[in-house]
Amino acid sequence: MTDKKKKKEKIPRQSMPEQDPKVRAKNFDEVPLGYTEEQAVLEAKRCIQCKKPTCIAGCPVDVDIPGFIKLIAEEDFIGAAYKLKETNALPAVCGRVCPQEDQCEKVCILGKKGDPVAIGRLERFAADYERESGNIVIPEVAPPTGKKVAMVGAGPAGLTIAGDLVKLGHDVTVFEALHKAGGVLIYGIPEFRLPKSIVDAEVDYLKKLGVKIVVNAAIGRVKTVDELFEEGFDAVFLGVGAGAPVFMNIPGENFSGVYSANEYLTRSNLMKAYRFPEYDTPIVRGKNVAVIGGGNVAMDSARTALRLGAENSYIIYRRTEVEMPARIEEVHHAQEEGVQFKLLTNPIEYMGDENDWVTEMKCLRMELGEPDESGRRRPVPIKDSEFVMDVDTVVVAIGAMANPLVASTTPGLEMNRWGYIVAKDETGETSRKGIYAGGDIVTGSATVILAMGAGRKAAWAIDEYLRFKEQGTR
Amino acid sequence: MNKITEKGYLSENVVRMVVEAPDVARKRKAGQFVVLMTGEKGERIPLTIVDSDEEKGTITIIFQVVGKTTTLLADMSEGESLFTVLGPLGQPTEMKNFGTAVCVGGGVGIGVAYPVIKALAEAGNKVIPIIGARTKDILILENEIRSISNELIVATDDGSYGVHGFVTNVLQNLIDSGEQIDIVFAIGPVPMMKFLCEVTKPYGIKTIVSLNPIMVDATGMCGACRVSVGGETKFACVDGPEFDGHKVDFGLLMSRLKTYNDQEKTAMEDYRCKCNDG
Repeated sequence: MTDKKKKKEKIPRQSMPEQDPKVRAKNFDEVPLGYTEEQAVLEAKRCIQCKKPTCIAGCPVDVDIPGFIKLIAEEDFIGAAYKLKETNALPAVCGRVCPQEDQCEKVCILGKKGDPVAIGRLERFAADYERESGNIVIPEVAPPTGKKVAMVGAGPAGLTIAGDLVKLGHDVTVFEALHKAGGVLIYGIPEFRLPKSIVDAEVDYLKKLGVKIVVNAAIGRVKTVDELFEEGFDAVFLGVGAGAPVFMNIPGENFSGVYSANEYLTRSNLMKAYRFPEYDTPIVRGKNVAVIGGGNVAMDSARTALRLGAENSYIIYRRTEVEMPARIEEVHHAQEEGVQFKLLTNPIEYMGDENDWVTEMKCLRMELGEPDESGRRRPVPIKDSEFVMDVDTVVVAIGAMANPLVASTTPGLEMNRWGYIVAKDETGETSRKGIYAGGDIVTGSATVILAMGAGRKAAWAIDEYLRFKEQGTR
Repeated sequence: MNKITEKGYLSENVVRMVVEAPDVARKRKAGQFVVLMTGEKGERIPLTIVDSDEEKGTITIIFQVVGKTTTLLADMSEGESLFTVLGPLGQPTEMKNFGTAVCVGGGVGIGVAYPVIKALAEAGNKVIPIIGARTKDILILENEIRSISNELIVATDDGSYGVHGFVTNVLQNLIDSGEQIDIVFAIGPVPMMKFLCEVTKPYGIKTIVSLNPIMVDATGMCGACRVSVGGETKFACVDGPEFDGHKVDFGLLMSRLKTYNDQEKTAMEDYRCKCNDG
């Protein structure tokens, strides 16, 4: 091994400054503060620039990771952002919300002996640097192909594919049911984890590339997918997400004060209820808030509850911390801020007052039994372990399911028994010619980056379809 | 942005507004609604599409001024634009020739009942509309409904106009008179719908109600609008807003409608203060 290599490994993984937990638990400002230029360069220099990089294969959208990191090490920060944007339309988002520890950083060669390169933090740094500099590079777009493509849903999948296809010269329109583009990035992920100004900036970048975004258009209602074809669209991509809440169907779940995580987070994030009455949408500011579930959405809800003034914010989860689907970082952040974890606990009933307001929650204690189909040990109730907790707000964050609005109005579109659209893994092709699908509406609830990965694959497939179609009509 | 092309008061605090929304106008059917926002910081509120003009590309909405959002909306003028109009949402009214259909509208609910009455008449039903209000001055759309049905019955609680009494009494009398009723549509305040369902239940007359729970996205995403129908949880925004009234848990609906009463008061006071300061 050369001396040079040894030297590089000596730089420790740069930690990212964060807001103090006590302070941040009372505000909605972003928790991690980002690298300084010096930190970014130091961290970038840790990358040993593998000849055969394993990290790229760990990225669903194939970001040239050593490439952009090299540019940061050379202090060409704008160049690094440009490199990122060659393959990733939303780098400032991905740098914040991707589970890098399970993807690129997991396979980073440095991770075998020590800490992997902080790829996510570097991605965030480069994207933020470019945005804050105001020097946004708009890449060249291919000459118009004359083909029109519609994206249904302006979430991570739809925005990614829109960026890809517009660069290839296609005429791209994104239809969004809500009044703002971004999907889960806007309504789901809280400000303190992903500032909305960043999502707006990334959407703005797509508009500058030529993507048309039509908000307040609920496809399936105002227009069907078939009507989009009649209007002249040559292909349609469905990236509508798994936007329907799941409840447990236990007694008392319809009392006032009981929310789906979708509603709780939509009120706070999209409608900015945390700034009520400056914004008109209200939200219940509970003192004792129980969030049911152990995923990222549950962590987001519990941390939101703290910021809305909860004295006690609980995570109620039926397994243990090991089985929690949330990112370790999110669990850690929640614990630091004072979220209380009630593990091996499952609610079975909500009790209410004379106004049908939730006041108490009856729970069972659980233990772990044999592994179930997910490979995780199945939680089993402990006999006679019932107990009651005082709660005035409950947020049910146990997952989401397919929203049937689009699929049910598109004849011939094959769905599986849970209502998810059946689409080919590699291309996003559905049972209907010219209709592609990807993201949560195909896979069920997953991550932002997996939806973007699906968008990317479908983009190539749609491009090929459109070009083939052109030849066919000659 | 959706321009307001007409605005006027139907009574002291009930407003009729015509708004540009060509795609909605083209597609909407009786029973459906829109969600609108007055401004970027506004709430999303659902309002029934009362009528539409496909040629002009407009829809008509009617609303009562009750809280901050409806106050803001009522303060907007012709030529100004709403921030958003999303629609048409919800399931259209199940429409066919039922035979004799009674359509009861109470208060501002008369506006919601109007498109249903119109569609029932167009589908060949014998339609008997019953419209009621507390007093004559706040009765709306009488002429419009009379023009599409010759059997209109009007009632006022105080007897200032039409039959003296509640619409429930009128419906009971109609049943007692031997009128063969195939279906009842009950649209208005929750207690009114509840009592109308109690009137029809012993006779087994199918009764459809139109529910107005709190909504946020109104596309089935959030579950704010959940109602209990026959013991099952339904989302009024995508499964409704119309349901079999004999199966609806009206008590729960009323409770859930009060969830934000305190905040609504705060919002209104805050708004009034700012107006006075200005």
